[in-house]
Amino acid sequence: MLGYDATSIMAILPEILLLLTGVLVLVYEPLWNKETQRRNAGWLTFGGLLATIVISLLFARPGAPQEVFGGMVRFDWLGFAFKMFFIFAAAMTTLFFMDHEKLGSRGQAYLLLLAATIGMNLMASAADLVMLYLAIETTSIPLYVLAGFMKDSDESTEAGFKYLLFGAMTSAVMLYGFSLLFGFTGTTDLYALMGALTAGQLPAGTAFGLIFLVTVGLGFKVALFPFHFWAPDVYQGAPTPVAAFLSTASKAAGFAVFARLFMVAFSSMEFSAIWVNFLAILAAVTMTVGNLIALGQKDVKRLLAYSSVAHAGYAMIGLVAFSELGIQSVVFYLIAYIFTNLAAFGAVAAFERVTGTTEIAAFAGLSRRASSLALVLLAAFLSLAGMPPFGGFVAKVFVFAAAVKSGLIWLAIVGVLNSIIGVYYYLTFLKVVYLYRSEDEDKPLPVPSPYLMALVVLSIGVILLGTVFAPWFGLSGNAAIALF
Amino acid sequence: MAFPVLSAIVFLPAIAGIIILMIPEERKTEVRVTALAAATFALLLSIFVYVSYDVAAGGYQFIEEYSWLPSLGISLKLGVDGISTPLILLTGVVMFTGVLISWGIDDRPREFFAFLFILASGVFGVFASLDLFMLFFFYEIAVFPMYLLIAIWGWVKTREYAAMKLTLYLFVGSVVALVGALAMYWESGLGTFDMLALQHANFSPEFQRLWFPFVFMGFAVLGGIFPVHNWSPDGHVAAPTAVSMFHAGVLMKLGAFAALRVGIMLLPEGAKYHMKWVILLALVNVVYGAFIAMVQTDFKYVIGFSSVSHMGLVMMGFATLTEKGLIGASVQMFSHGVMTALFFAAVGMVYDRAHTREIPKLGGMAKPLPLVAFGFIVGGLVSMGMPGFSGFVAEFPIFMGVWEVKPWIAIVASISIVITASYIMLVIRRVFFGEMPAEFEGHIGPIRVLDKIAILFLVSLMMLLGLFPSVMLPMVQSGVQGVLSLLGGA
Amino acid sequence: MEFINTHLLSTILFFPVLAALVMAFLPKDEHKLLRWTAFLASLVPFILTLVLWSRFDPNVAGFQFEEQYVWYEAIHSTFHIGVDGLSLTMVLLTTLLTPLAILASFTVVDRVRLYMILFLLLETGMLGVFMALDLLIFFVFWEIGLVPMYFLINQWGSKNRNYASLKFMIYTMAGSLGLLLAIQMLGVLFQTYDLPALYQLWPNFEGTLMGLPAATVKTVAFWAFVIAFAIKVPVWPFHTWLPDAHTEAPTAGSMLLAGVLLKLGAYGFLRLVLPLYPAESERFAGALAFLAVMAIIFGAFGSYGQDDFKRLVAYSSINHMGFVLLGIAAAAKAIGTVDATIALNGAVLQMFNHGLSAAGMFFLVGVIYERAHTRDLNAFGGLFPLMPVYGGILIFTSMASLGLPGLNGFVSEFLVVRGSWPIFTGYTAAAMLGLLFTGAYILKGIKKVLHGPLNERWVGHLTDINVRELLVIAPLMVLILSIGVWPAWIMDVINKAMTMLY
Repeated sequence: MLGYDATSIMAILPEILLLLTGVLVLVYEPLWNKETQRRNAGWLTFGGLLATIVISLLFARPGAPQEVFGGMVRFDWLGFAFKMFFIFAAAMTTLFFMDHEKLGSRGQAYLLLLAATIGMNLMASAADLVMLYLAIETTSIPLYVLAGFMKDSDESTEAGFKYLLFGAMTSAVMLYGFSLLFGFTGTTDLYALMGALTAGQLPAGTAFGLIFLVTVGLGFKVALFPFHFWAPDVYQGAPTPVAAFLSTASKAAGFAVFARLFMVAFSSMEFSAIWVNFLAILAAVTMTVGNLIALGQKDVKRLLAYSSVAHAGYAMIGLVAFSELGIQSVVFYLIAYIFTNLAAFGAVAAFERVTGTTEIAAFAGLSRRASSLALVLLAAFLSLAGMPPFGGFVAKVFVFAAAVKSGLIWLAIVGVLNSIIGVYYYLTFLKVVYLYRSEDEDKPLPVPSPYLMALVVLSIGVILLGTVFAPWFGLSGNAAIALF
Repeated sequence: MAFPVLSAIVFLPAIAGIIILMIPEERKTEVRVTALAAATFALLLSIFVYVSYDVAAGGYQFIEEYSWLPSLGISLKLGVDGISTPLILLTGVVMFTGVLISWGIDDRPREFFAFLFILASGVFGVFASLDLFMLFFFYEIAVFPMYLLIAIWGWVKTREYAAMKLTLYLFVGSVVALVGALAMYWESGLGTFDMLALQHANFSPEFQRLWFPFVFMGFAVLGGIFPVHNWSPDGHVAAPTAVSMFHAGVLMKLGAFAALRVGIMLLPEGAKYHMKWVILLALVNVVYGAFIAMVQTDFKYVIGFSSVSHMGLVMMGFATLTEKGLIGASVQMFSHGVMTALFFAAVGMVYDRAHTREIPKLGGMAKPLPLVAFGFIVGGLVSMGMPGFSGFVAEFPIFMGVWEVKPWIAIVASISIVITASYIMLVIRRVFFGEMPAEFEGHIGPIRVLDKIAILFLVSLMMLLGLFPSVMLPMVQSGVQGVLSLLGGA
Repeated sequence: MEFINTHLLSTILFFPVLAALVMAFLPKDEHKLLRWTAFLASLVPFILTLVLWSRFDPNVAGFQFEEQYVWYEAIHSTFHIGVDGLSLTMVLLTTLLTPLAILASFTVVDRVRLYMILFLLLETGMLGVFMALDLLIFFVFWEIGLVPMYFLINQWGSKNRNYASLKFMIYTMAGSLGLLLAIQMLGVLFQTYDLPALYQLWPNFEGTLMGLPAATVKTVAFWAFVIAFAIKVPVWPFHTWLPDAHTEAPTAGSMLLAGVLLKLGAYGFLRLVLPLYPAESERFAGALAFLAVMAIIFGAFGSYGQDDFKRLVAYSSINHMGFVLLGIAAAAKAIGTVDATIALNGAVLQMFNHGLSAAGMFFLVGVIYERAHTRDLNAFGGLFPLMPVYGGILIFTSMASLGLPGLNGFVSEFLVVRGSWPIFTGYTAAAMLGLLFTGAYILKGIKKVLHGPLNERWVGHLTDINVRELLVIAPLMVLILSIGVWPAWIMDVINKAMTMLY
């Protein structure tokens, strides 16, 4: 069983490459003098991440789903697709790190980012509860540190600490759920669990309890109501690039686990009947709460935090559609969301590093001050609002389509109504950017080249997702099939 | 392979918009020239489509199909029939004239034209789409630039409120319709969004009756149907001139057109079942809109509410489900589009000079602006359905259609003609004739040559159609035959 | 030439539009050029109408010079025009009065180009109504004519023009509403708007419509038609727009308004109401006759009560058009009889005659107004010595209006009364009473202007009628006299048309 054959290596090739990158950063970091150091470490990380994507895509594409390392890891398209986007998100975040005053000058920041990425990769491919838990912790701990990275900022410290506390508690609850699962079934393998959790073995109450315990942990990761309370504070306090990474890759990783766990381990009739309704209600409440609270926000990072809560709700619609199309739409949704939100946070970060504020009111006159940055914000926010030709529109249509197909018309309508609220506050923000005047209009707002590069890539990605959506949708389809 | 003229039309404005965005901000003249060139080209293409549409053959022509997402049956399928071809032309016309009269925009013209063109792409896309998904796609594209266009370049007093109201209304409508469309997609079991296939999906009557209101009303919001018409006058008034032209001239047609394409053509049974009350709503539009227009004192609000009234006639024509009604409604879409474009252009030109739109404060504008007065008067005559102008050609068959279905509605609706005549005449007289207030004396400059071209172009279109209905009617008729065959040869 | 031979009617019809288009490109400050262009252009249709008259064969039943083109296929309406004796008379009247009206407007200096263009367009509008053989086309021209008239009153009228023009517009449009609806109903019912076809179909239509018996629907539709035309004629009590419009309109506008536009209403009765609704016409003939008599009497009283010269003439139009309607009502009552034909002949001739005399009267009022800048009868007085030629012409025209034997008014009014007497004896007798007051108000007008003590303020200010003005009035006087003395040339055409029509 423990044969380390070529397939096994292929299965974890991205992680190996990431590790390698990390080692390189560690080795080289002390060699650079202070002046040039920060850029180089960043570019090295970025290059490593990029190389990882390219090499993996060329050589480590999965074939038929396969379990390796004694069933710890599953080598399939679901995991692979997510991995690629995590690494991509990390690469983009690296670019945002580079010119960040506090993060860019510290090699540790990049290392932590790489470590978290490795953890996410494993989350996406883990096929065993033990592995899953380890992966989640591997992801979380570096992120706790990153969130609190700005030691001299109270807010950042608070963010890191809050994230840690919430994370620790919810993962403890989840671990309790995992142990119960093991206790009832005697196995930690997700695919074995599917068989073990068949009809009649567990009373409905117990089944619901199990589902609830697991949902607590994962709900924290994806910021599902009522486990979302950390999100606004942490996003606001954490360095903006970290918030970008948290709100995109980390959330997507949570959904990857959600998908695998619920569609595989909990896919039996009894279980699915329970969690589909439970999560459907959670999804409806999540998006409603997220959107309604977002309406009143004065700070764009908090606004994006609540909007990301709402988006967790939309993505959840695809999951509770409980179908191949549903998973496909979730994957697509998350891809679009990663691009979009990274672009939004990235633009905010670019703004923040010059002005030092993320107050919405401070964005007044931005379109006259830096029209390209304003255009990126326009694309990102409209995509979040679900307007074509941006990815968000297609993504929303797909999750709604999945819901309608599965007969969850009420949920689709709740989603639709919510997206209208969304339109309101997204447009309100754009209004400030485009309409309001400010005295600072004439001051320059330089955008460093790494930012510019990332933002251009992301904007193009957002538009491509919304126009030439077939390849992406095909990819999502491959990922979804891997579960069935 | 023939030249893909429809995709050229659809994507040309968007591409032009992107190119415009790449021109450096300060080079405003280059921006304008590029915009005008693109608009002219789009107009020529749309004229080409109009002229080369083979009326005798009828049906859908210039069909192009590119597989877009085969697994869900989404394809970029474009094609036009006798109903959409005139609307393509209309869009080309309004786009062209809109650019002409927007020459003077000085605040960020680059973004203005870029957004306007993206909007135009969306509009062309909706009119040419034969794929339900793509129709929604373009529909949304047509809606959101509106927000920015109104909010940024609109009338300072109400633009924020109006832009948001408009966007939310339209967005609500479109997503409601979207849910209905998705339901259709799954119910059909055909696995395609191709509307030509969905037309023959044989939905059960129960299904059609359930979903028709969602789909039809969802789109009809943009058509300004009562009681969800409220966004439209506010939006018209707040918008800058070219946007008002686009908005009332083309965008409202989008709603009506989509309501026809998706609502009536895909759910004919539902249409038959629900038309009883739709026609009543349209009646309210027609009469109530005219009354409200009459009591307005803001020049632009008058036109805004008159649009509500006139679009009610379109809806009414649709609701008859008869040949005449549908023909009339389709022509009315074109006629009203050209007419309101002209109206708003005229209002804009007056406003730009007088800086007020309060009718009691205006007067004597015909002297310094004779051509504007002429244009507005012709528009007014069209608006009141004066024979010899396009409005009559459009409204007459609508009324005939209504006669065939519900005579009393025709009788009640005809009241609006007199009301329209009276408010149009009053506005013409108060704004363009009479004594010019002293403060304007010598301050009203002449209009640009480009403005003149725009006005004369629009006027001649309306008169051409009014005097020679046969330049458009056979085409529309062939399109309507297609609709009727779906309605069971009614 | 060949083209004109085959398209004589459409050439007459559209030549004014063409001329208007050309004029739009002439320099707007060249008043002289503009005036003469307009005048010469308006002479062309007149000459062509004379050609038409000479080629017209009164002995042939039905319509002549018919032309038919595709117009609005989708609703089965074609551009169908043609003339019979009735319309020919009206066409002649129109093409005759238009050049005279234009000639009369040579004193206009404000926006001459637009003014002349509107006149030419107005001519086409009026001619179209008289020529149309398609119900929809009829309606098209019917409405189109409103627009230039509205602007003529609104832009070139006197003090109260805004009120008057809007009233004119709204009255007529509101009146047309019923007509429009009724036309639509016919179109929906028969899928055609062709008049000759509808003549056959509609009167014979039976069964139910919209759940109502055909007779009821016909009655409603009949009144819809009647009201539309009655407003235009105008018939008491729908006449209130007329004095305002006439008074405010510029002189030439009044000439055409009284001379031709009022005839549109009467023409509508003859062309549409009687043939399409023979039964209803017969049934309601009494009511129509009553309205006609009221118009005659109240028109005369109203006229007598005026102190404004132009208003006096305006009210006289109501009085005179009452006779037209009386003739029509009588004919409707007893269609096919000799009496009916006589009454009809009288009505049609009265239309023509009133066109001549009313145009003349309005022109003469205009002449004095231009000089005195007032129309107040009490401000005049004893002007005969100052303006002997003018005085003579005024008396001559007034006498025509009054119905003096030997002038045209007598012939037509006599025919109407002669035809109606056996049919509506009571009403006709009452109308005779009205005739008495006609004499009264006309004499009052003459007395107040020409006779009595001379108002000194005018001495040296009023000059006699000039050559151009004479040229305007002279053709009218010639016709007035010729019809009065030898009516046969026109009666022949009218009589044959009436005999064949009904």
